[in-house]
Amino acid sequence: MSLLDSIINGISLGSIYAIIALGYTMVYGIAKMLNFAHGDVIMVGAYVCFFAATRFGLNPLVSVLIAMVVCTLLGITIEKLAYAPLRSAPSLAVLITAIGVSYFLQNLALLLWSPNPKVFPNFFKKIADDGSELTGINLFGGSLRISYVTLVTILVCVVIMVALTVFINNGKLGKAMRACSEDKDTARLMGINVNTTISVTFAIGSGLAAIAGVLLCSAYPTLVPTTGSMPGIKAFTAAVFGGIGSVPGALLGGLTLGVIEILAKAYISTQLSDAVVFAVLIIVLLVKPSGLLGRKINEKV
Amino acid sequence: MKKLGISKASQKAFTTYGVVIAAFAVMQIVGATGNMSSMLKGMLVPICAYVVMAVSLNLTVGVLGELSLGHAGFMSVGAFMGVTAASALRDSGLSAGLRLAIAMVVGALFAGIVGFLVGIPVLRLNGDYLAIVTLAFGEIIKSIFNNMYLGFDKKGFHISLLTDKVSAGLGEGGKLIIGGPMGIGGIQKIATFTAGFILIMICLVVIFNLVNSRAGRAIMAIRDNRIAAESVGIPVTKYKMMAFVTSAAMAGSAGALFALNFSTIVANKFDFNTSILVLVFVVLGGLGNMLGSIIAATALVILPEVLRQFRDYRMLVYAIVLILVMLIRNNPAIKNFTGRFRTGKKGGAEK
Repeated sequence: MSLLDSIINGISLGSIYAIIALGYTMVYGIAKMLNFAHGDVIMVGAYVCFFAATRFGLNPLVSVLIAMVVCTLLGITIEKLAYAPLRSAPSLAVLITAIGVSYFLQNLALLLWSPNPKVFPNFFKKIADDGSELTGINLFGGSLRISYVTLVTILVCVVIMVALTVFINNGKLGKAMRACSEDKDTARLMGINVNTTISVTFAIGSGLAAIAGVLLCSAYPTLVPTTGSMPGIKAFTAAVFGGIGSVPGALLGGLTLGVIEILAKAYISTQLSDAVVFAVLIIVLLVKPSGLLGRKINEKV
Repeated sequence: MKKLGISKASQKAFTTYGVVIAAFAVMQIVGATGNMSSMLKGMLVPICAYVVMAVSLNLTVGVLGELSLGHAGFMSVGAFMGVTAASALRDSGLSAGLRLAIAMVVGALFAGIVGFLVGIPVLRLNGDYLAIVTLAFGEIIKSIFNNMYLGFDKKGFHISLLTDKVSAGLGEGGKLIIGGPMGIGGIQKIATFTAGFILIMICLVVIFNLVNSRAGRAIMAIRDNRIAAESVGIPVTKYKMMAFVTSAAMAGSAGALFALNFSTIVANKFDFNTSILVLVFVVLGGLGNMLGSIIAATALVILPEVLRQFRDYRMLVYAIVLILVMLIRNNPAIKNFTGRFRTGKKGGAEK
């Protein structure tokens, strides 16, 4: 069952990557920028949830909601203060600003919450009849064990994906978002408030980042100020892998990346798993240069 | 200046050489009179290495116009291979300066080869996809060095991945050089400021001559409009590769210089953050502007040290400075204001 085990764990990790990748891919689709600070918003979300749940003893669900609100506000603030003034600036300038914001968040976290790792509590457990704590379910007579965290992660990912697809395809705001990603100037002429739309995109992406942060830290419970950076880079890779700008692409890219990572860890080498993940990415991009589900843009001469 | 028959490009090149030579001379005088603080003294070689990193990345990002997020990977190749060469030659009786030179050449050579291998797949892609693949290569190179064991004895080099099979198999007088995640320890610090200065000058001469040559004009034509360049018969891949490999080789020699200034070096030093740091130098200094890269690299390497009095706040201040500089530089009102003072000059090389 170890293969099945690995695949389930991979899908769970992949779901987290997919949720993070959504933030990257939506912002990229609309604002045409790589939001490098996204990984650090995840970290902030995890910390907020951690303190809400442990220091203030709030209900886990309430803690997650608080984390989402804080991250949403943070996302909007970052966008208004750092990115909005650079709307017409060269894309590299925006990239460097995003890196600056990322450094800022990491170092602020370092000051506020110290570099000492925090152990994230496991919200997903229940008390069994005999009083012991259960953190997962056993299948096939105990040979396959799936933790609640894994189940919840996959479930949450599916819910988010469905909700987001419905929102983007049907809602008025979703339509505005698609219009902006197609052509900002024309969208503006059609009476769409481009700035508001971009802010909403950042808000959604950051809110999702908070959820991803909580799920990530529930599965891997060490929380430090740099917790978000590596998953951030990998999720960004996942977004490119699936075709940046595409929501189903983020899901597919995230899941593939997560499964490959866990399988590489299990069967090749723990230390080289990152190298394997990135090697697969390179091969995919060589065969399909715009990612798995990316739109092929024809060159205009 | 037209009367003297000096082109604008050469003027720019000579200004840059002049500034670097003047800076070197000033540092030498300050050092000779004993007024240099020990903090500054320790930073001279890293500054030189980062300056070379910045100008070489500027060749890729500013002149070739492709965003590379894995430049530290090439620095890492240069560092590890350069130090390996220097350690292998330790008992050869060669002078320290010569060994340093050999280390830098070896570093440049290996980084150039890796750059070529990386370039074959990378340069087929465009834009953000190219950026992410360079990022991926940087991470792969880091992972490999983190798991590589390399030893040296009379029979030559021994290498193994993942587990240390090298130590046991080494002959008499052999030693382990690269020890996986432990990196390289016990490095003889032979890097000097003068060597760093010479390396910067060589890199600048190479870059300015490349940029002002037929090849350089072809590279810039590709940056400005790849399709148009292709349609007039410029072999795009060849020139892209030329710029990319040159840039990688320079990063390799910078890596060798950098590593030989410390007693230990680990692969994690050359991670994604280092690549980004160098990219920050390039963008702050201005794309395609070598002097700008030099000044930005110097200032930003010194800044965190100067901010030491703020202690815990220094990286926070660094981040804020970075954001503010980008916001101010790209503020339309300020751009108009400064634009008035440089009439006749085209508006920057930024994309």
